Amino acid sequence: MATTPIETVQRPHGNNLVRWAKDRPEVLVLSADLTASCEADGFRDAYPDRFFSMGMAEQNMMSFAAGLAREGFTPFVHTFAVFICRRPFDQVAMSIAYPNLPVRLIGFLPGLTTAGGVTHQAIDDVALMRLLPNMTVLECGDATEVESVLDAAQAVNGPVYVRMLRGEVPRLFDPGAPLRLGQARPLGAGRDLAVLSTGICTEEALRATAALRTAGLAVAHLHVSTLKPFTDPLILETIAGVRHGVITLENHGIIGGLGSAVAEWMAEAGLGKRLIRLGLRDTYAHGAGRDYLLREYGLDAMALVRAAEDLTGARLGLTEAALTRVRLETLGTADKTEDL
Amino acid sequence: MDQARPSSTDPRTQVGQVAAAVRRRVLEHTLLHNGGYLSQACSAAEVLATLYLRVMRLGPSRAPLTPRPFAGVPGAGNPASFTGADYNGPRAPELDRFIFSPVHYALVLYSLLIEVGRLGPAALAQFNQDGSTVELIGAEHSPGHEVTAGSLAQAISQAGGIALARRLRGEPGWVWVFMSDGEFQEGQAWEAFAALAHHRIGRLGVYIDANAQQCDGAMSSVMTIEPLAARLRAFGAEVHEVDGHDSDALAAPAAAARTTERDRPLVVIARTDPCRGIDLLRARAPKLHYVRFKSEQEFAEYSRLLETLRGASA
Repeated sequence: MATTPIETVQRPHGNNLVRWAKDRPEVLVLSADLTASCEADGFRDAYPDRFFSMGMAEQNMMSFAAGLAREGFTPFVHTFAVFICRRPFDQVAMSIAYPNLPVRLIGFLPGLTTAGGVTHQAIDDVALMRLLPNMTVLECGDATEVESVLDAAQAVNGPVYVRMLRGEVPRLFDPGAPLRLGQARPLGAGRDLAVLSTGICTEEALRATAALRTAGLAVAHLHVSTLKPFTDPLILETIAGVRHGVITLENHGIIGGLGSAVAEWMAEAGLGKRLIRLGLRDTYAHGAGRDYLLREYGLDAMALVRAAEDLTGARLGLTEAALTRVRLETLGTADKTEDL
Repeated sequence: MDQARPSSTDPRTQVGQVAAAVRRRVLEHTLLHNGGYLSQACSAAEVLATLYLRVMRLGPSRAPLTPRPFAGVPGAGNPASFTGADYNGPRAPELDRFIFSPVHYALVLYSLLIEVGRLGPAALAQFNQDGSTVELIGAEHSPGHEVTAGSLAQAISQAGGIALARRLRGEPGWVWVFMSDGEFQEGQAWEAFAALAHHRIGRLGVYIDANAQQCDGAMSSVMTIEPLAARLRAFGAEVHEVDGHDSDALAAPAAAARTTERDRPLVVIARTDPCRGIDLLRARAPKLHYVRFKSEQEFAEYSRLLETLRGASA
């Protein structure tokens, strides 16, 4: 299998944004006092005439962005996800989403990726943005998706919410396999279980699915980066094809995010089989390290293994140590469906 | 009631005629439907008439005199949706734009558009009718409306974005915003003025109908915003406080502002009387936000007043 050892990329969004926006004069960046924190400082320094500091005033920033978009510009609003989806929800709904304006909302610190605690952890953002008519919802799972999500977003005629990653980001997917709007990534096929994961949870899921396969289970795995519209036929085909049931794993509450989207579609399609939604179970979290929180709230590889045991009724005997030993590798373009 | 185009060439007289006609038309409509935003017509008639007749540089309407029916909400899958801004003429670099913020005044704006010939007199028959764009509380498909502003104080921020975009493109035209004083209870209004000053947005003018009334009653009893002029000056705006029924006083700050390069928003606080021209309303104070007649006797009083006003204009 032609894989390369996993690499991590420093600040992929910050560097990509500068490159990507160079010959796109319609692209503006708006920031609410979190410019370097959202890796928009490079853009600010490279294109100062297209960068607008809006201060800690997100309601105004959203409606201002709408006004700019009405005039043909494409504002990329950069702030933490919580400050896009909670405080200015009405402005996002009425100023941006209702008129279907091409504003790109780039939300940082999804879910439990921050030690900043409950005020900074976006555990409801996917649900809130999925609620809005006209809104497209994308989530990045690795550096390759961070680097390709802007193209996907910019192709959308309407507003887009992006769950973005910052800092040191692993590269799970080959750079030649960019994020494609509306297309899930098949990361493995199998007829026992289907696993659907998003965002940073895909790394955890890869660890678990590798271990599950060594334990003899045939696991289908899809990485989902387009959470709305949720229409990729591959998702339904994959779910229809498994024997024991479905597990979703998301860095978000289980209400309104990936797990809900899967449940809604399964029910509407009449796919009567079990579904276990892994994520925050109707609870807020607290400030702590990411790995600690993923384990505490059951969003990690071991939680997925236990869910697989629940669905299959098998005792797999997998330990934390076995999961930790799984060595992840960047998936080559040609191999993405080979690991079956 | 037929359309009453201004007959005088004197702008002050024109505004007076149009404003009187707007009050008559809104009163007539309120009687016909036993309900309406009547006090908003009383307070804002001269402000809106001055904006359309003396302040804004707009091209001719590009929209049909009889409003089109609702064509669905905006969306990638609905190319048929349209904007009510076409009633304010085409977009062009040198032309102004009008952003209507307190859309509960929609009936007043529709009436004004009729009096200045941008909307046909029959349009009000569609007011608040199912499937019509002449909605009770206007949205961006409603005649004269460019943005969806019913969640108050969002329009000033949107206007700021439009003005910034126009500056980036080097356009000389202004953006004019009509606001109500109650909107300054929303924090977003102050966020917006901070941003307008910080980004030195100059070709943006705001006319505020300061009628001191809101849904629950007098603003002084609900949540005071005074001293509004001092607060707005402290936020970096150039502020003028004028008699909101005096067209010359309303128009003068805009005329002066056009003659200089500017680095801050212009604000005209129009101090207005929510019962101007319809003194009967004073008996209902302080609940003036929406008028529904309480008795046959009251209905008859307002009907007689309408006859009197019609006689005075004939």
